[in-house]
Amino acid sequence: MGGEGLMAEPVLSISGIEKTFRGESESCPALSGVSFDIAAEEIICIMGPSGCGKSTLLRIIGGLEHEDKGSIHTRAEPLGEGVSAAMIFQDHALFPWLSVEENIIYGLRLSAQKVPDTEVHRRVDDLLSLIHLTSFARSLPHELSGGMKQRVSVARALAIRPSILLMDEPFSALDIFTRRELEDEILRIRQELKTTILMVTHNPEEAVYIADRIIILSERPGVVAGIVTVPLPHPRSPADPDFIRIREEVAGRVKGKNVVRCGIQHE
Amino acid sequence: MVLISKQKVREYGKGLAIIILLLVAWQCAALVIDNNYILPSLTEIADVLLHPLQPVLGGESLIANTMVSLKEVLTGFFCAAALAIPLGLLIGWSSEVQAYLNPATQILRPIPPIAWMPFAIAWFGIGINSILFIIALGAFFPILINTVDGVKGIRVRWIEVAEMFHATTFEKLRTVVLPGALPRIWTGLRVSFAIAWMCVVAAEMLPGTTAGLGFLIMYAYNLGQLDVIGAGMVVIGIIGLGADMLFRAGQDRFFSWEGKD
Repeated sequence: MGGEGLMAEPVLSISGIEKTFRGESESCPALSGVSFDIAAEEIICIMGPSGCGKSTLLRIIGGLEHEDKGSIHTRAEPLGEGVSAAMIFQDHALFPWLSVEENIIYGLRLSAQKVPDTEVHRRVDDLLSLIHLTSFARSLPHELSGGMKQRVSVARALAIRPSILLMDEPFSALDIFTRRELEDEILRIRQELKTTILMVTHNPEEAVYIADRIIILSERPGVVAGIVTVPLPHPRSPADPDFIRIREEVAGRVKGKNVVRCGIQHE
Repeated sequence: MVLISKQKVREYGKGLAIIILLLVAWQCAALVIDNNYILPSLTEIADVLLHPLQPVLGGESLIANTMVSLKEVLTGFFCAAALAIPLGLLIGWSSEVQAYLNPATQILRPIPPIAWMPFAIAWFGIGINSILFIIALGAFFPILINTVDGVKGIRVRWIEVAEMFHATTFEKLRTVVLPGALPRIWTGLRVSFAIAWMCVVAAEMLPGTTAGLGFLIMYAYNLGQLDVIGAGMVVIGIIGLGADMLFRAGQDRFFSWEGKD
């Protein structure tokens, strides 16, 4: 947990985000005025019915889409590095021609990051041991299992020391055991690196298992329909009655008939 | 790597059996026909092949002629690659550039390179420059088309990862588009080398050339030396096969990741 002063200074302030996708014949409102703050070292899960704009919101924060209205303020990192948000996708999105090590280094070799060589090597070594893949440094992604690939993807995002880690249903393609393992790993990484995490998920159990707060978006166009705080200490047990109660509450509030379908949105 | 599996041996054995069968049939036919101007016997062809350094028909040796052809083909091939790869990256990357260049490319592409020979001679004169032009033209389009396809096949997600890390446009091209398209570019190079090799032989057969395998075959034809023609054809086949094997080995070595996720 973030400890004292958790809500004192938000790492990220999101206010009044609006987004409409416009195609040739139809226009499709995705978000209409989403606002919330994220505190340092907080893990926030975003949930909502399919097509409510969860991923769109994450992509806007990550700089892959542009909002029509509203603003996102990030607190400048003391390190003064150019990038402040790094994204992890559902499909690991590793470069298949680069080794594990080269994938992790990828962001650090771009001109946006001015990281000296010695620092690059130190970081990659640290990250490899953090994700327990030191012996796979020279393997290619296709030689790894799904869970290992997603861990590399996490390390690649962490390499640039982002002020916030954005995760778009990162574990939904994995089997249940690998998934729990990676959720624990995310909690451990937060503990070790003091990372702030914003994660989209459609799984209430996953959200209650790792999140400090769960933000529930309404149906399209998405607005914040509610915020559920999870006061349980880690490690949490899905069998705990309090856990079950919160999970059911969250599941009940995430409802959607999923009637509106838009062809013009991103995948 | 040294060990070849039994299955491979059996596979190669089957192919080898057919080759031996064809050679035996050829030799039998040659012995029956017994006319060098219709079908030279294998021993005569082999005789030319086994003395590659001896002057052939009073001219250069078989090796010297082969080297001339190889040099021409490599020069034309590299010129084509140097033009086609950057242009292909540009067309694949920018739909604007593609809109301008695609129709022209599609019209020029099906024209056989040899059809350009009269123009080539008019523009570059008889000799090496015309031959290089024809080779480069033949090699150009397969590389271009495959490069464009390779870029089109780049996953949007990879580009997004680069954008997330604030890569510049040039960095996106260098670190994602080029390496991601490289397997297809390699395929284009392999296909185009085969075409370039055919072009060189055809171009050398035209009047005005003085060396090369194509020249040797045509010269031997004029002198009725079919054994020399056969030997030239064998060399052409072996070099074509060797180049293809090299490209395939490169593919296995460098692009084992292709299509795997």
